[in-house]
Amino acid sequence: MIDHVKKRVEELFDSGKIDAFLGLKLVSGHVVPYLFDKKEELENLSIGDHRGAGDARYPLNKILIRLCREYADKRFAVLVRGCDERGLRTLFIWNQLDPQRVIPVGIACPDELARRCECLKPYPNEFVAGEKTEGVGFSMVRRWESLSLSERFNGWMEEFLKCIKCYGCRNICPMCFCKECSLETDELIRRGGFPPEIPIFHLVRAGHMAGRCIDCGLCEEACPAGIPLRALYKRVFEIMRDEFQYETGYTDSKSPLNVGSSIT
Amino acid sequence: MEYRTVPTTCTYCGCGCSLLLEVIDGMVVGTLPSKSSPVNEGSLCIKGWNVHEFIHSPGRLTRPLIKENGSFREATWDEALDLVASRLKEIKERYGSDSIGVCASAKLTNEENYLIQKFVRAAIGTNNVDHCARL
Repeated sequence: MIDHVKKRVEELFDSGKIDAFLGLKLVSGHVVPYLFDKKEELENLSIGDHRGAGDARYPLNKILIRLCREYADKRFAVLVRGCDERGLRTLFIWNQLDPQRVIPVGIACPDELARRCECLKPYPNEFVAGEKTEGVGFSMVRRWESLSLSERFNGWMEEFLKCIKCYGCRNICPMCFCKECSLETDELIRRGGFPPEIPIFHLVRAGHMAGRCIDCGLCEEACPAGIPLRALYKRVFEIMRDEFQYETGYTDSKSPLNVGSSIT
Repeated sequence: MEYRTVPTTCTYCGCGCSLLLEVIDGMVVGTLPSKSSPVNEGSLCIKGWNVHEFIHSPGRLTRPLIKENGSFREATWDEALDLVASRLKEIKERYGSDSIGVCASAKLTNEENYLIQKFVRAAIGTNNVDHCARL
C-alpha cells in the first residue's frame, strides 16, 4: 500500500508539479508529520498505521495552511484520507488554502477505521492506495437521541464536566483557522482569569463548527477527558444538512452561514 | 524549506507526556501531542500544548546571573558554580547540614532527580530534599 503512495509522490516530484510533500514519517518508532522536499527522503515514509488503523492521524491540513503561508511560492502535495479531502475542499471554500498550490495524494481507510469513525465516506474521490469500503452511519448520534431530553441534557453536562480546559480540541482542529479566537479575546475571556463556565465553551465551539466540521474526529482523539465530541459535531453536521441542505465537506458551495464576501 | 517534528518529552511535570515540537526553518513554532505514545495517547494538558512558547522567549535566561549589591550581573558557569559551591560549604560549616534544603524539579529527568537527592544526602548530609509537585 505504501509503495503506491511513494510511487505517486515520486511522479509528482519528477513532473515538477510539487516542491514538497507533506506526509508522515517514522522517527524513532513514532509516526510523525514531516515535509519531504526530495524524493530520496521518501524511504522513511509512513501512512500512519502504527499499531492499528488510524492510530497516528495528524492534522496535516492545518500544518499545510501554515506552510503555504510560510513558503508563498511553493506547491505542495499532501497525504489525505476521506476526512482530509473533505477538509481540503472546505478550506478551499473558506479561502484558507489555494487549490492551485495543493495536490492531494489519497488513501482509502480500512474498514476497521471507517467503523470506528462512523465515517460516511471513508475514502477520497481519488486514491492511490487502500480499498473503497462502505460508508458507516452515525449510530453514536442515534444512541444519544434514544435518550429522553433530560437524560440527554444531564448526560452531556456530565461529559462537559470532565473537561480539563486543555483546549486541545481547538488546537488540533484543522478547521479552526480564525485569526481571532473567542478564547483569546480579552473582552470575552480575561487572560489570567477563570476559563469559561461549563458548558459555554463546548456549545460555542459546537456552534462555530457548523459548516466547518468535516468529521475527522481528531478533537475526540486529542481529548484527555474522553468527551464524545464527535457525536456532538456529527449532530451539528446533520442539522446543517437537514435544516440548511448543506453537507459540510461534500460540496464546493459556500456554507449558508458564511455571510461575508470573503474570509481571509 | 524545512518542516519537521521532533519527538520529545514534556518538561512541565513528571507525567512524561510525549509530544512533537514543530520546527520550521530551525525555529520551534508549535506543539503536537504524540499519537503513538503509550503515556498520553495523543492528548496533552494546556501546559503541554503551549510548551514550545518558552523556547525562543526573549525573557528566557541563557546565562547564569549573580546578585551583587541588589542587582544581577551576568557571569560564567564556572564563576556561578564556584560561588554556589563555596557558599553552600560555608553555610554547612557554620550552621550545620540541616540548615540547607533542596527542591528538585519535575522538569528534570528521573536520573537527574536521583542525582540531586544523592547530592543532598551524601554531599550536603541532610534529608531536606523535596520536589516542586508538593509546593
